Amino acid sequence: MSIAKEHELHHRRKGRNIGLGLVLAAAIALIFGLTIVKVGTGDFGNALQETQN
Amino acid sequence: MSDASINSASFENEAQFGDYFALLKPRVMTLVVFTAFVGLLAAPTPVHPFIGFCAVLFIALGGGASGALNMWYDADIDAVMKRTAKRPIPAGKVTKDEAFAIGIALSAFAVVFLGLATNWLAAGLLAFTIFFYVVIYTMWLKRWTPQNIVIGGAAGAFPPMIGWAAATGTVSVEAVLMFCLTFMWTPPHFWALALFMRSDYDDAGVPMLTVTHGRRTTRKHILAYTILLAVLAIGTAFTSLGGPVYLATALVLNALFLKGAVAIWRRDEDMSEADNFKVERSFFKLSLLYLFAHFGAILVDALLVRVGLIGGWA
Repeated sequence: MSIAKEHELHHRRKGRNIGLGLVLAAAIALIFGLTIVKVGTGDFGNALQETQN
Repeated sequence: MSDASINSASFENEAQFGDYFALLKPRVMTLVVFTAFVGLLAAPTPVHPFIGFCAVLFIALGGGASGALNMWYDADIDAVMKRTAKRPIPAGKVTKDEAFAIGIALSAFAVVFLGLATNWLAAGLLAFTIFFYVVIYTMWLKRWTPQNIVIGGAAGAFPPMIGWAAATGTVSVEAVLMFCLTFMWTPPHFWALALFMRSDYDDAGVPMLTVTHGRRTTRKHILAYTILLAVLAIGTAFTSLGGPVYLATALVLNALFLKGAVAIWRRDEDMSEADNFKVERSFFKLSLLYLFAHFGAILVDALLVRVGLIGGWA
């Protein structure tokens, strides 16, 4: 039997890895989206003004 | 035999992604998500849809994190109770340390990002909710007093208030009313469960009212709290939170809920044993519908006012 053959163990871990990957991708999308919305709605305006004063 | 199979026996019970998700108590999370969503949308201040989505998500994550910390601390009693024996820690899928790490990390993430996305009052309330559920309820009240779920119910009642605070930046009377509604609903909901789960809490040594004061007293308490809840729920219909849809919903559901509570109060153990706690089980199911319908009605009335179809009470 070849050592390269995928073991059942790898199948079981695959789901976990994909799940974690999706969670990380969602977290990135969420933070990116929040930043865009916050900048777009001017929520960061006050903070910017305070740093300039 | 491949190399990988040598140690595979020790991985037979290895956690899947779903086991980690189960740590967050997804069924409880649906209640948190829905009530927080209603709190957010019923508020008079409009919120950007994406910010609103993030706010509800972070509140849900905070609720889930407290669920993971609850499972971490309660692993010993979860293993004894039939209802909770299949949870990831007692089932041997996830270790206590993993649950603790996930709970703490998610709590911090949820609180900080709710603060950044909305405001720090909402974030502070979320942090307090997690603290209340984990420290006050799980670590202290649950194993100490039969009033555990009465006081501990506050933890489940905060989400609509947090949703409201996320939208408005304040906590007003409407937010407090939504809190009170869930707070008063929790005892009859859990005591009905305790009645038909019978020996579970006994075995685990959790001082539920059924264990400390007996099942007769629990039946009386269910009725008393249901009457108080009905007064509160119907009274709320005449505040600024209420509206015609809420009033109709509250009248119908409180009548049904009171009917169920009276039936539970009238029954004795022999009658309940004879039909395998049919009335208690249906009361528990009705309690789920009760809360979702009340919050759903609050949402519908708020939306009707917003689109100008009705004027609102106040």
